[in-house]
Amino acid sequence: MTMTAFATDLIPDTRPSRGLPGWALPVSVLAVAYLAVPLLATNYLFEAILLPFLALSLAGVGLNILTGYAGQVSLGSAAFMAVGAYAAYNLNLRVEGLPLIGSLVLAGLSAAVIGLAFGLPSLRLKGFYLAVSTLAAQFFVQWALTKFSWFSNDSASGVIDAPPLNIGGVALDGPVGRYLFALTVVAVLTFLSHRLVISQTGRNFIAVRDNETAARIIGVPVLKTKLLAFAVSSFIIGIAGVLWAFAYLRTVEPAGFNLDRSFQILFIVIIGGLATIRGAFFGAALIVVFPLVLSRFGAFVLGDVFDSGVLDMSQRIVLGALIILFLVLEPDGLAALGHRIRRRLPTVLSRR
Amino acid sequence: MTLVLTGASAGAWSAASTAAFETAPRGRPGLAPDADADAQVHPAAKRPASLYRAAEPETSEAVLELVGVSLSFGGVAALSEVDLSVRRGEILAIIGPNGAGKSSIVNVISGVYPPDRGHVRLKGQRYGQVPTQKLARLGVARTFQNLALFPGLSVLDNVVAGRAHRARSSFIEQLAGFGRAKRERLDARERAADVIDFLQLSPLSERLVGTLPYGLQKRVELARALVAEPDILLLDEPMAGMTATEKNEMAGFVTAARDRFGTTVVLIEHDIGVVMSLSDRVAVFDHGRRIALGTPAEVQRDQRVIDAYLGVAEDENAGEGEEL
Ligand SMILES: Nc1ncnc2c1ncn2[C@@H]1O[C@H](COP(=O)(O)OP(=O)(O)O)[C@@H](O)[C@H]1O
Ligand SMILES: [Mg+2]
Repeated sequence: MTMTAFATDLIPDTRPSRGLPGWALPVSVLAVAYLAVPLLATNYLFEAILLPFLALSLAGVGLNILTGYAGQVSLGSAAFMAVGAYAAYNLNLRVEGLPLIGSLVLAGLSAAVIGLAFGLPSLRLKGFYLAVSTLAAQFFVQWALTKFSWFSNDSASGVIDAPPLNIGGVALDGPVGRYLFALTVVAVLTFLSHRLVISQTGRNFIAVRDNETAARIIGVPVLKTKLLAFAVSSFIIGIAGVLWAFAYLRTVEPAGFNLDRSFQILFIVIIGGLATIRGAFFGAALIVVFPLVLSRFGAFVLGDVFDSGVLDMSQRIVLGALIILFLVLEPDGLAALGHRIRRRLPTVLSRR
Repeated sequence: MTLVLTGASAGAWSAASTAAFETAPRGRPGLAPDADADAQVHPAAKRPASLYRAAEPETSEAVLELVGVSLSFGGVAALSEVDLSVRRGEILAIIGPNGAGKSSIVNVISGVYPPDRGHVRLKGQRYGQVPTQKLARLGVARTFQNLALFPGLSVLDNVVAGRAHRARSSFIEQLAGFGRAKRERLDARERAADVIDFLQLSPLSERLVGTLPYGLQKRVELARALVAEPDILLLDEPMAGMTATEKNEMAGFVTAARDRFGTTVVLIEHDIGVVMSLSDRVAVFDHGRRIALGTPAEVQRDQRVIDAYLGVAEDENAGEGEEL
């Protein structure tokens, strides 16, 4: 995989004319997300779009740190989501009086430990071979969660139900509550991820990705940097798994965290753009909204012929085509596309 | 037979006259078999060498030494029994035809290749293989023949990355962003800005390094090496593919860096003009062997060097005392 992954987050945005500071956009997005969305959105919007969007965006941010920034390809994302989800479930179940935030952080740490272990091959393997070795995480975790019923408190086929959510006595079980909970977790972790990628450590990630030998020679601790990327990435993806299980679906089984899910997260990162934090949100939006649009559109055009089987197949075909299109035409993803449009827009408009 | 070697215009000529010709070291274990032959070819050159030795022992100020280093790649001998010692504060040029083993020397010194035999002496320590991850902390920085920048980073961030070996703060501290992490960040940026300014790259510092023309990328790589404040700087063809103007600028930067920071420089370069004007001493390599070592003037007169550069088959010259 030789894609040009540019750390567009590190480049001071050459936004023309408007002298807006860098935090203006994220802050206004957050303002809308916290104030306007809860008032305007319907239950359907929360349950079918916003909650999966938030969880998948966060998983995308996590994978982007590993793959986009540190250049280590992984196909084990869903496994780390599963570790997060099942760890949070068990912590909540078995540790008396542990607050939700506590189980959230500990679940992230559990995923980080597992991620670290499955990141060890990265010290020897690169690219395709590493990707294949991360499949081990995918299959091992899914197997372990199905095999040992302890993880699911002896429920049939490993299904778990999310506990009631509350923070400081405030119940968050309605769609709005779960949305605000997920939004806050995503906002905090995204902010920290941004801080990370512009730090010395983030530069080390990119150095290792772009030229491992040169990185080693200038004194970047290459092995430590790779393992740290695995740990941090898995931490974030693990917490995304908690959001997926607790805030979005409420009932999950190990099969929900299969290889398809891992690929879905990889596609989010590729479509959104490698090595951009905001790209993960664009990619996740597309992945979540696209099937819904497709099914409405298909039903409208083809009527009854467009059943769930056809939907599923056409979804895969169109998505596959889209990914190839992106790899060929816009390898830097939606984030770069957006960046370009923003830069050209004023020129286009001023010509009028 | 004479070879006309013209000097370039870079006003960098410095202590060349003080550096006397050095014949191959004697009586040292691991002595290259052809080293004595080397000495035999230049009876005239022996005199200044012995005078020099009488004044000060050759190894006293060696900051970097290769002793009996051999390296081969699947039967191809890249380096054979190479001895080389680099003196503090000098600019030592390494020249030789393609495939002579020049880059291999730099790769052995920086630990990218482990030598099959022999060792490297660095800061008084003896290394079978130089630990690459400690290289920067040992005070050695290098550039690569083929660029080894980080194309996904801006010019500034590439140069800041050159301070990686100084970072002590953990990523948690960096996330928090105060205390030690903040000091390190500000310090690295300030030093990077200085070096960028010194190399006249300031207007480009926010550009993605991959978007710069080749000559400027080479300059950024020099900046990344210099920002580490190395004692020893290894430059593998820093001027390859440059225009004459760019070469002159680069030559100026190399001498300025040496004069300003007292850096010892090992410079691999093809342009004989640049080499002659820039370096204090020149080591000539051919087929993995060091065939000459001396001041630019001495090396220019060396029959083996002339032969190697003119591509005369060595066995034809056996009558002149060369044994290979
Ligand atoms: N990584 C490598 N693998 C195989 N052969 C190599 C490698 N590096 C160098 N060589 C061989 O070693 C010899 C010396 O190469 P090098 O040191 O690059 O020469 P120079 O820099 O003088 O052109 C050449 O024959 C080259 O083909
Ligand atoms: Mg070379």
